[in-house]
Amino acid sequence: MTAWRFVTRHWLTVYAIAAAVFLVLPIAVVILFSFNAPKSNFNYVWQGFTLDNWIHWDAIIGIREAVVTSLEIGLLATVVATVLGTLIALAIVRHHFVGRSTTNLIVFLPMSTPEIVLGASLLTLFINATAVFQLGFWTIFIAHVMFIISFVVVTVKARLIGFDRHLEEAAMDLGANELTTFRKVTLPLIAPAMVAAALLGFALSIDDFVITYFNAGSQAQTFPMFVWATSQRALPPQINVVASAIFLVALAIGLANVFWQYRSAKRLRGAQ
Amino acid sequence: MGTFFHRRRRLTPYLLLAPGLLWLGFFFLIPLGFLGYQSLESGSYGNFEFTWEFSNFSNALTDYREQLFRSFLYAGIATLACLVLGYPMVYWIAFQAGPWRNFFLLVIVAPFFVTYLVRTLAWLNILADEGPVVGFLRDVHLLGADEGLIYTTFAVVSGIAYNFFPFMALPLYVSLEQIDPRMLEAAKDLYASSTQAFLRVTLPLSAPGIVAGTLLTFIPAAGDFINAALLGTPNQSMIGNVIQAKFLTSLDYPTAASLSFVLMASILVALLVYARAVGTEKLTG
Repeated sequence: MTAWRFVTRHWLTVYAIAAAVFLVLPIAVVILFSFNAPKSNFNYVWQGFTLDNWIHWDAIIGIREAVVTSLEIGLLATVVATVLGTLIALAIVRHHFVGRSTTNLIVFLPMSTPEIVLGASLLTLFINATAVFQLGFWTIFIAHVMFIISFVVVTVKARLIGFDRHLEEAAMDLGANELTTFRKVTLPLIAPAMVAAALLGFALSIDDFVITYFNAGSQAQTFPMFVWATSQRALPPQINVVASAIFLVALAIGLANVFWQYRSAKRLRGAQ
Repeated sequence: MGTFFHRRRRLTPYLLLAPGLLWLGFFFLIPLGFLGYQSLESGSYGNFEFTWEFSNFSNALTDYREQLFRSFLYAGIATLACLVLGYPMVYWIAFQAGPWRNFFLLVIVAPFFVTYLVRTLAWLNILADEGPVVGFLRDVHLLGADEGLIYTTFAVVSGIAYNFFPFMALPLYVSLEQIDPRMLEAAKDLYASSTQAFLRVTLPLSAPGIVAGTLLTFIPAAGDFINAALLGTPNQSMIGNVIQAKFLTSLDYPTAASLSFVLMASILVALLVYARAVGTEKLTG
């Protein structure tokens, strides 16, 4: 009876916690089933606990190569897209020029186009220009840079808008040239936004399946493509191991960020 | 020297833009042109010819009407489910979670940290015939002894709703979090009941978040093919599944390209209808 009264009084809290459980349940299942010892090829039903999958995570042919390819493309595409996107953001926020709204539109469009259309249209370019492009590692790289740029622009732009231009003017007044001002004032100020954008870009890159699948050909395979190809005939628990590992790394970064925000908020309160 | 400096300053924005915009031009805009070109070709793999074949579009529409309709139906239901599930949760996070706020926001984005395909496949574990959910539903006779949940419309729509939930929740949070609590106090002072205060203050003020969340959820959901492929059967096949199969399995590029355009155009039409319904100001700002 008291439990029922708690529910009616705090129904919103109960609802929010239930929704949170819905969100977390599949994640818990992914991690739990990474410790499963399935009897069949498909890791669907819980059979028993084992650490073998974690110890021999690369026992499945092709999984190690796929993870390495994902990491390589993620790193390369993120670095390139972060630089290109930051430059666009700098131009949009700091300069008035003809074609600014067109630029904004071109940056916004890839984010509002369904992934399948992005992937399909890029594939039509590649198959019509086979003299220049062979489907494989580099076409995946091109595709990833393309879809990450917009997210970088949005992230860095948000930071640049709230930033005091007087700091740069002060540096110039003190005799610094444009390059020195950029290196010593602008860059350190936007560095956190660039890091955030790079983390987001990397996460998008290693998670992407649709665009990659369209533009990979048969030469290169990322981890999501490996999962797709494998899932047609088997579901080894090693897939869960890799996914859990990616999740735990991302979670650690997320928690570090929450903690860092909490600490700087506390410090701010202390200063007041 | 002065004019040189001046000219260089005027060139600066274009120099900053050039590399990124060239990339987007070459690998986003020009490919859209190629997609249009390919959609008007005829012939079969190996010898496609550009013949202004507009019948590709009418054929695509008649042959795959069912999948197109299903895509919009599933995306619509999933978007609505995200809104119904997300709004109360995000409302609680914004107004009542207190110190738990950041934790629950992390919970909302946590699914994004797990590889898309793997977190979708996890639903096969959860909804498996031998699993606890189906077992319970069979025990209480909501499901017959030979009925299951995987490879059903329910599984596909739930999968879509689950996968795109953060796209709904985050814009909702941004709009709810900006509401000044004093507005609600003012409403209460003017003798509004909590229901009235919610309906006449909170809900209208959070409308931009609802609009943004609906768009951000609906657009990727309508083009999705992974949930239907992994959690459904050909009976749940969506337009994305057809595009994918035509492009990568049967190599029927013209049909696939025209279907891609049909998908994009129908999303645009849906957006315009939606914009008309909610008012364009809310849509853009």
